[in-house]
Parts: sequence; C-alpha cells; structure tokens
Amino acid sequence: MGFENLLLGFHIAVTPFNLFVAVVGIMLGTIIGVLPGLGGANGVAILLPLTFTMPPTSAIILLTSLYWGALFGGAITSILFNIPGEPWSVATTFDGYPLARQGQGGQALTAAFTSSFVGAFFSIVLITFFAPVLAEIALKFGPPEFFAIQFLTFSSFVGLGGGNPLKSLVSILLGFILAAVGLDIVTGQLRMTFGFTELMKGFDFIIAVIGLFGVGEILLSVEEGLKFQGTSTGMNLRVVLDTWKILPRYWRTFVRGSFIGFWMGFKPGGATPASFMSYAFAKRFSRNADRFGKGELEGVVAPETAAHAAGVAAMLPMITLGIPGSPTAAVMLGGLIIWGLQPGPMLFKEKPDFVWGLIASMYTGNIIGVLMVLAFVPFFAAILRIPFAILTPLIVVVCAVGSYAVHNSMIDVWYMVIFGVVGYVFKKLDYPLAPLVLALVLGDLAENALRQSLIMSQGSLAIFFARPISGVIMAVALLFFALPVVTPWWRRFRGGSVGTPAPRET
Amino acid sequence: MRAADLATAVVLMGLGGLVMFDAVRLGYDWGSDGPKSGFFPFWLAVALVVTSGLIVVQALRRHSPQPFVSREQLRPVLAVLVPATAMVLIMEVAGLYVASALYVAFYMRWVGRHRWITIALLALGLPLATFVIFERWFLVPMPKGPLEAWLGL
Amino acid sequence: MRHHRLVSALLVLILLAGAAMPAAAAWEPTKPIEFVVPAGTGGGADQMARLIAGISDKHKLSPRPLIVVNKAGGAGAEGFLDVKGKKGDAHTIIITLSNLFTTPLHTGVPFSWKDLTPVARLALDQFILWVNAETPYMTAKDYIAAVKENAGKPSQKKMGGTGSAQEDQIITIQIQQAIDGTKFTYVPFKGGGEVCVNLVGKHVDSTVNNPIECASHWKAKRVRPLAVFDTERIPVAEWKDIPTVKEALGVDIHYLMLRGIFGPPNMPKEAVDWYVGFLKKVTETPEWKKYMDEGALKPAFASGDEYAKWVEENEKLHRELMAKGGLLKK
Repeated sequence: MGFENLLLGFHIAVTPFNLFVAVVGIMLGTIIGVLPGLGGANGVAILLPLTFTMPPTSAIILLTSLYWGALFGGAITSILFNIPGEPWSVATTFDGYPLARQGQGGQALTAAFTSSFVGAFFSIVLITFFAPVLAEIALKFGPPEFFAIQFLTFSSFVGLGGGNPLKSLVSILLGFILAAVGLDIVTGQLRMTFGFTELMKGFDFIIAVIGLFGVGEILLSVEEGLKFQGTSTGMNLRVVLDTWKILPRYWRTFVRGSFIGFWMGFKPGGATPASFMSYAFAKRFSRNADRFGKGELEGVVAPETAAHAAGVAAMLPMITLGIPGSPTAAVMLGGLIIWGLQPGPMLFKEKPDFVWGLIASMYTGNIIGVLMVLAFVPFFAAILRIPFAILTPLIVVVCAVGSYAVHNSMIDVWYMVIFGVVGYVFKKLDYPLAPLVLALVLGDLAENALRQSLIMSQGSLAIFFARPISGVIMAVALLFFALPVVTPWWRRFRGGSVGTPAPRET
Repeated sequence: MRAADLATAVVLMGLGGLVMFDAVRLGYDWGSDGPKSGFFPFWLAVALVVTSGLIVVQALRRHSPQPFVSREQLRPVLAVLVPATAMVLIMEVAGLYVASALYVAFYMRWVGRHRWITIALLALGLPLATFVIFERWFLVPMPKGPLEAWLGL
Repeated sequence: MRHHRLVSALLVLILLAGAAMPAAAAWEPTKPIEFVVPAGTGGGADQMARLIAGISDKHKLSPRPLIVVNKAGGAGAEGFLDVKGKKGDAHTIIITLSNLFTTPLHTGVPFSWKDLTPVARLALDQFILWVNAETPYMTAKDYIAAVKENAGKPSQKKMGGTGSAQEDQIITIQIQQAIDGTKFTYVPFKGGGEVCVNLVGKHVDSTVNNPIECASHWKAKRVRPLAVFDTERIPVAEWKDIPTVKEALGVDIHYLMLRGIFGPPNMPKEAVDWYVGFLKKVTETPEWKKYMDEGALKPAFASGDEYAKWVEENEKLHRELMAKGGLLKK
C-alpha cells in the first residue's frame, strides 16, 4: 500500500472542485469551532443533505474539512475570551488566555494553529502508512484499557496544581459528583435527580465550561476594572513569522503531544483527555514549569498538538472499523450509508478510491486550513480592541446562545449563569477550576469503563493488571501517583550516586 | 474573605450530604459484579464533606483582613450579572432574540454610554446574525416568543 | 447607510415570512419541523432520522426542512418529556425505539406512548445472536452448550448489549429463561456500534446486535451470526441463510424493535394526516428501500388505529417481559 495509493488519493483530492469544497468546509467549520455549543456534529448533520448531489468523495471531503475547521477554530475563543469553543480547547485556555491578556494574543493564536497542524500531520502520516495495523491495536482496547487511559490522564495531573491541596481536592470531588448526576447506564437507574426531570440529562461538560470559564472570567475582569488589551503588534502577519521563529524550541512538546493525541484519539471522546494529558506532561517536563498557567507559549502548544492529533486519529476507527471515534464521525458514518457506502472494515477493499481520496484530503484540508486561519490571526487578535461595553454583552449573549444550542434546552442557560457565579466565587477563593473540569469530563467515562470492566471480571480488580495493555498503562499511572512521594527520595539517591556531597543539614 | 470561605465550604458540605442521602437510596456497597450505582457518589460525597470540613477549620484558624469583595468591585460585577439574569428570564417568555437585543442595548447604553445609532446597529445586528447562523445555516432552533410567532418564523 | 440596509433587510425578512403563510386548506408545515431523536448521534434511530431528513430534502417531499435534534438524556426520557410538553404542536415529531416502553417501565419517569399522538410505524428492526468469527462455535447450539458449561464459573460467557434494562438485556434474559442452565454476564455499553466492536475485539463473547450494527464486520469475516430472533428468516439475499432461534435451538424467542414516529399530545388531525402521507412517500424512495435491505430491517408501514393497536400490544408485551426479567422499577 502506502505511496501508490496515496498518489491515487491525491489524484482524486486535488481537483479544483474538491479543493473548493475543502475551503468551504473549513470556513464553516471554523465558525462552528468558534461558537461554543455548536459542535462538528451540528455542521456535519446540516451539510449532509447538500452532499446527496455530490460524488461521495467530494461529500466526505466537505464533511471532514468542516471537522478540521472546527478543530482549528476551537482555540480562537479559548485564547481571546477564555471560552473554549470546543471541549478539547479547555486546556488551551490555561495559558492562551493569560497570553492574550498580556497583549500576546497573536502569538498564542499562531502557536495554537501551528501546533494543531503539526499534530494533525503526524496522525495523518501514521494513518496513511499503518492504518490496518493500528486498527488491530485499537480493537485491543476494551473497557479495562479505556479505564486505564482515564486513570493515566488523571494521574498525570496529580501534584501539578499548586495552591491549597484541600481546595484542589474539593474541586476534583465536585467535578466527579456533577459527572455522576443523571442516568447511570450500567444499571439504568437515575442518580441524584431528586425527582427533577431537568436533572435527568446531567451536567454537560461544555455548559459547565462556558459558565465557569467564560462567564466567570467576565465577572472577574469587570471586577478588576480591567479592559481587554488589544495586541501590541499591528494588524499584519509579522506576528506569525515571529512566533514561528520561537516554536521549534518546543519540538519535544510537539512530539509528545502528537503521540499522546494519536493514541488517545482511537477511543470515542479521546481528544479532550488527550489535550489535558499533553498539557500535564508538558508542564512536568518543562524547564519553565512555574510559568505554566500564567502565559507560557508551551502551554498552548501542548494541548493543541494533542487535540488535533487525536481529532485526526478519531477518523481511523471510522475508516477501518466503521465505529465513530467522535460524535462528528458518527454523523459522518450516517452519511456514508446514505451515499450507498457500507462503513466498516470492507471499505478499504471495496472503495479504495474513496478511502484514499479521503486520506489525501486530510493532507490538503489541513494545509488549506492552517493557511486560512493563520491569515486571519491579526484580525482575530484585533477583536480584543472592541470597546469593553460592547464586547461584554456580546460575549454573554454568545455564551447564552451556545449553552442553549448544546441540547436545545433552556435549563442549560440557567446552569450557565449558575456556573458563572460559581466560577467567580471559586476563582476568588482559590479553588482551582481545572481539576473540576477534568473530573467532570473524565468522571462519567471512567466510571462506566471501570464498572464495565468489573462486570466482565465478576468484580475482580485484577482484570486491570492481568491484561497486557491495561497493565502497562496502570503501572505508569500508579507511578505518577507515587511521583510526588518518590521524587525527593530519588533526587537524593541520584545525587549521592554521582558523587556530589549530600546536603549536610538532613 | 473568611466569611465567604466559610459559607462556600458549608454549602459544599450540605451538597455532599444531599448526595450521600441519594446514594444510600441507590445502594452504596460493592455488589457481586462491582460497585453499585451509589458507590462512587457516596464515597465522593463523604470525601467532599470531610474536605470541606477541613477547609472550615482552616478558615476559622486564619484571619484575613481583606474582604471577599469590596463595594466598588461588586458594582460592575452586578452590572453584568443582574442584566444577564434578567436576559435569561426574558428569554423564557419572549425568546432569545428579543431578550438578547434588549440586553445588548441596555448594557451598551447604561455602562458604555454608546451612541444610540451604534446601539441600535448591534442590538438588532446580533440577534439577526444569530438567527442567520444558527437557525438558517445550522438549523438549530432557538427559543422563540410571541414576536417570532407573529412573524411566522 | 448600513443602518438603512439593515432595516430594509429586516423588512424583507418579515415580508418573506408573511408570504410563506399557507393559503391552502390542507395542512402543510409552515416552519421547520423539529425531529426529536431520543438517543445519541450515530445510533440506529439517529441514522434513520437523518436519513428521513435527507430523503425529504433530496426529493423535496416537505415544503420546510426537518431539523434533527438529539435529546438522549435519561435513556431518551429527555426527548419524550420534551415532546410530551408541546401539546398541540404540529411542527414537532419524535422517532422512537424500544426505550418508549423500557425507559418509563424501568426508571419510573412519567411518560407513556399514550401521552403522544401515534403517527406511523416505519419499520421493525431485527436482532441477531453474534459471536466472534475466531471462536469455534459454528451454530447456536454449539455456543449455547458452551454457555451452559461455563455458567456460574469465572469463565461465564459475557453478553454485550446497549444500555441497561433495554432491549438487549431483555433478549438476554429471555434466553436465560427459555433455556435451562444458561447464564450470561451482561455487559452494558453505550451504543450498538460500540457493542459490536467489543465483540470483534473479544472483550465480550456474544452480542444481540441489530443486523446493521454488525453487518460490515460480518462481511470482513470478523463476526459470525448464529440465529435471528424472529419467527421467520430475514428474506433478504445475504441474510436468509441465518436460521431462526426456533430452528437453531428449538425454543421460540422473538423480539422486534419498533422504528416509528409519534407527535406531541393532541396533534391536529390534519397535521397527522400530512405526516402519514409524507412518511409514506419517504418509504417509497429507492434510498429508503436500499437502507432497509442493507440493514435487514423489516418494512412494516402502518398508521392510524392499526399502529396504535400494535403499540398498545407491544407495551403490554414489554411489561410482561420486563416483569419476568425483574427489570421493572421497584
């Protein structure tokens, strides 16, 4: 396979019509990515009817381009307003927003888009040459492996947050508790709904984030009497070139993020945990660890690389196995059926032109995408120059619209307001918000995977260690949990062995 | 600051208690095939109550002269929060478009003191843009009220 | 200047909206139709809803578009309650699966099909017993023998299915009750596609997936169908070699899942008539027929009293089955 097939694919993907389709898709996708509450699934579902009149390959290029656009666009509002347009951009706010506040929004956006592209490219290359092998590995991931991954994501964050450990713990616990509200799919029981039908669907992660981060941040900034600062640089593309000069410095973070993203992207909903894990690892290994959270460019590079790598990897199970790696992919699968294609393992053999056209379009789509969004960096950065009394109500309205759009439900808009107040109060009292959000996004998935595993093993925890893949991941995770305890001891041990005099005062 | 810290911690303890109450109903022990529905919520809630309790103790021991929020700080916060809440209330009856137009106009005039022409442009433009993008392009129906019904949208 | 253009644009919009008002006597949708799916994106019901919306667009069957909205919360209760609350609304419809019966029976959430207006039954979905193709079980008999042998041991056979106390678990319990000595460990997953992949990955030993959820894995020779849970074989070419459960095991276990449409309570009669006609046209398109064949769905169009009666009988059946399986809300 490999090259000849890819050439065949490019032959199909690089026609004027298909390139045009890609541009349209990316533009719409970027809008979806920017607006919180609209997900790739919305856009795909809406464009689907349009695709009936196109050849299937152009149709899938339109839909996947929309998806790339959404992946790129998610970072924009995260950086500018602290409002993640998509779940996987939450970690991007940690350093992206502080950068924007310091007048470096342009740099942060450039870094985010470039990292997205690098992550995507890495995943696409892997898919091009190893898709069937990778699909087999993906199949080995059952509930125990899935739980192990969630566990690892969580462990990578342990010991990272400074501040009051009690308050960090409260934040985590609260996140897990909120995640448990609603229907328990393992037993089909309703939990903590207290008879209110509104609580039945639980707390959506994205609404919590819009409230806690978006609305909460507005309240904080008006309190401080701060105005948003525009970029210090002018409205030109110099900022992009200047940032590119710095970025190669973070090559380790790029590589790490790409790997994390790719392996996590296999499983449904992998992009969000991947972005968190990549952020945590970057902070762990960075020389500037103490600057993370205060506006460190590396803290933007890490989550964006992983998120986009995972976003691309989510296409792999869809192409090779016919299972959607994300809600967006699920809707695309529906499309395949309507176009008369049967998604699943036979697609590679029965419709090689379709599959390879799609893979080639991943290259073209992402290249077009990154160029388009980068061209707009100065424009995005200039949004912050809009007077405060205009920007504030606009953001609030966009938040409200977004919260409503997630489930078409009014109660979610109220949740947004409540979460906004909670975000404000928590931030003022030094309760960290990141652990809450992480627990909220992982809680549901992790608990389900854990309990499915335990049902499989009839209640024995040994299942996590008896299986090779989950065993290894669990071991690494446990190591991370132990790290805060082990590190001082290890330092002393190593210090002694190299021959440097041990500190006398101990 | 201390009062706010205490109040938050106490609210969280109450929340934990509420969760424990429901978890007991669901069954919080370890069944034959793993934990029951209430297992995780129960122990999470126990941990929440204990941790919040420790925060209460911590807060009682420490004195912080700085207030949680000063009067001057509170005013702009409420200036955002109260109209926003009002907007959501209006949304329930009049739909999103009317509510957001009113909210934008009100805030821009009251806080920003912008010119009426700018206000009119944005207060009408934003709902219109929302309508086109959400309702027309992405076919996401927004909450509507009597005005939209009258217009037949 | 721009201000003027804005105002005129608004005026045009109002005029357009006014012009769209119907003049004819027969009811027709005057605004976009909200098509509620009480399940997540990508599942069988969601696929079908999006297919209907797509077919309607392609063949211009409806003057206004159908907007698919997923309301999956609380095993679909969110969607049903939403539609239940829209009394008399003629621009909302909901597609149902078995959770129309199972969710209220198991969770006690207050809704029933009687709250809604039955519009039409579109199709019935089959269930098939699948095992991994690398296992030595060539027939349902082989597999059931292995199930009996391992019952009660740590190696007890695992049955994967969608959700808890829903159709897959009902069928699993039916097998256990019909065949002495069988016992499965039922592992609930979130969606049908995920279930079949877990079978391919050998994380479970068997599943009772809908045909379409496993079809491509079967073509790739990763899974093997053993028996159909129906009284007759599936009459479509590639599926007709699969024996019924009765043929394979000598016991009659059959279960079909409703794929039907309901409207809000007190939906106007004229609107119901329009939707029935609309859906009838949808089911006559080649795209629909192809989908039916590929997914081995049973075409079973019905409306009016025939449909209502069928739903009533089916609810009774679910109540009995779930009572026998101990799945009713205590």
